[in-house]
Amino acid sequence: MALIDLSKKEVHCKVVYYGPGRCGKTTNLIYIYNAMSDAAKGKMLTIETKGDRTLFFDLLPLNLGKIGGFDIRIQLYTVPGQTIYASTRKLVLKGVDGVVFVADSLKVRKTKNIESLQDLAVNLKEHGKSLDEIPMVIQYNKRDLVSSPIPTLSIEEMKRDLNPHNKWPDFEASAVKGVGVFETLREISKLTVKYVAKKHLLIK
Amino acid sequence: MGDLVLTTAKLDAIRAQLENNLIAAGIHSVLLVDSAGNIIASCGEHMQGIDIISLAALTAANFAATSQIARIIGEEDFSLLFHKGKKDSIHFAKIGQDYILISIFNDNVSLGVVRLKVTEASQHLRELLN
Repeated sequence: MALIDLSKKEVHCKVVYYGPGRCGKTTNLIYIYNAMSDAAKGKMLTIETKGDRTLFFDLLPLNLGKIGGFDIRIQLYTVPGQTIYASTRKLVLKGVDGVVFVADSLKVRKTKNIESLQDLAVNLKEHGKSLDEIPMVIQYNKRDLVSSPIPTLSIEEMKRDLNPHNKWPDFEASAVKGVGVFETLREISKLTVKYVAKKHLLIK
Repeated sequence: MGDLVLTTAKLDAIRAQLENNLIAAGIHSVLLVDSAGNIIASCGEHMQGIDIISLAALTAANFAATSQIARIIGEEDFSLLFHKGKKDSIHFAKIGQDYILISIFNDNVSLGVVRLKVTEASQHLRELLN
C-alpha cells in the first residue's frame, strides 16, 4: 500500500523486484545503490545469509524528488527467487505498488521465468491484487551473455513467453554492467507514482 | 490491506497519543509502522540516531516470520513480541491487522509499565487508524 503523508507532503511507494532465483534482482539494486548520489538514496538493507542468494529480502529506499509539491519516496525490495521460499515472497509483496519482473536470458532458465511470472500472479491474487491492476515492467536481464558461448534465449522468444501481448513495457538489460537498469527503474517509478497518484486523485 | 492517507490532523492526534502515553512514561523511542513496512509516525529524541526505514521493514518481516511460528503451534498470530538487549530492549505490539507499534526502552522502565502503556495507547490508536 502506498502511504500518503499530507502533513510532510510525502508519498511512499513500494516497488518489488520479482523473478526466478539468480536472475539478478539484487544485482539491480546494488547497481542503483552504487550509482545514485548520497542525497537521493537511503541505506541499503540486506539480510546477511550464507552464499549470495537472498533468503529474506533486500531493501533500498530512494528519494525521487518532487511531483506536484509531493516528495516521492520509493522503496525497492527484492524477493528470494528460489521456488521453496514462496511464503517469504508472498510477505514481501504485501502492500506492493509496482513490480519489476526480472527475467533470466539463459536458455536453461526458460521454464523458471514462466513459472515465476505465474507465481507472481498467484501471490498478488492472495493480496487481492492482479497483474492487470498493478503497474509492471519486464526486464530481460543478462543480455551481455548473448555474445558468449553460453546458450541464451532470443528477445522474441522471451517476449513470446512473458509478454506476448506487449502488455507491459520491457527493457533489455545487463544488471552487472548497469545497462538498462536505470531505464527500468525510471519506467517503473513513473508508472507507480502515476498509479498511486491517480488512485488518490492527487493528479487527474 | 488498503492505502492509508494521513491528514495532518490525524497524524497530530497519533503523535499526541505516542507522546502522552508512551514517551511520557519513559519509553525513549516509539515508532508506528504498517505491516508492509511503511513508517507512519515516530517520536522520541533517540530516533535521530536510528535507521528507522530499515527498522520498519525488518519489523514487518519479523512479524510475518513469527506468525508462521505461531501457526506451527496452532496459534493464528502473535500479538506482541519482545526482544531484550543489554542496554536497550524493544517491544512490538500489533494494532489491529495492519499496524505495528514499536517501543524502545532502557532499564529505567519496567516491561510491565511498557506493556500497560502500550495496551492503553493501542486502543486509542486503533480508533484513530480505522
